[in-house]
Amino acid sequence: MKDLKYILPGVLFGIILTKSQVISWFRINDMFRFKELHMYLIISSAIAVALAAYLLIKKFKVNDISGNKIAIAEKEMNKGVIIGGVIFGLGWAITGACPGPIFAQIGGGELPAVFTLIGAITGAYLYSRLKSKLPH
Amino acid sequence: MELIKTLWQWYIAGPLIGLFVPFFLLFGNKMFGISSSFDYICSVVFPANKKESSKQFLEKNRWKFFFVLGITLGGFLANFYLSDTPVKFLPESYHSILGYVKLFGGGLLVGFGTRYANGCTSGHSIAGIATLQKSGLIATICFFIGGLLMTYLFF
Repeated sequence: MKDLKYILPGVLFGIILTKSQVISWFRINDMFRFKELHMYLIISSAIAVALAAYLLIKKFKVNDISGNKIAIAEKEMNKGVIIGGVIFGLGWAITGACPGPIFAQIGGGELPAVFTLIGAITGAYLYSRLKSKLPH
Repeated sequence: MELIKTLWQWYIAGPLIGLFVPFFLLFGNKMFGISSSFDYICSVVFPANKKESSKQFLEKNRWKFFFVLGITLGGFLANFYLSDTPVKFLPESYHSILGYVKLFGGGLLVGFGTRYANGCTSGHSIAGIATLQKSGLIATICFFIGGLLMTYLFF
């Protein structure tokens, strides 16, 4: 099982999300009410560090550990990004969780988040069924 | 140890989260993102079409399952072993039948919306913007439009 090792970065990511409380409904609500900077500072410093690393990788043409060229998948800009983005935002404000935090909330003992997860998987399923009929 | 057990400040957590983008690029040649894991779980639980139930699709995406399993375990360790007292992450009102219905409905929007938008906070807002993609920035603006609408209309 070569994929089993991905559990390790997952654990680390879950600990960081939980200890900084970005998985908290209250923090998300405070963010949307512009009551505190915590979430804004976390998201922007994460982007800044990732951007700096990306620019370094590009500048020095760094390969991955197997020696392959690093391929950045271009995400297509279409109507789905806009419509789907707003739909996700509506759900984010209700549940207080984007996809990663749903799992951390469950692990952190907030068992009602299991309903969020079942909803999210059902939503992803509905999308894959309706995909061809939706504007993109 | 005491510092670990309190709230991790943004200048610790933010940069650490950002490092996952180069980590995934360097070690897996993968674009960091979490919402696509719903597709994988979906294709195992109820495959929508032949492509999704194909052996190739399942094998290529299996790592996502272990990654989110890890996140769950991380949430458990952080809240019960790395905190003085476990923190509550959901309002008390969500611990009720009506709360479960709201969470299910909200989850439906999260799952449908992130797949429709082809990414979420991790894939678009962090990895997308950091790799200078226009869709990352537009998606993030739309996430906020949706979030602000819901917050000011109903909460």
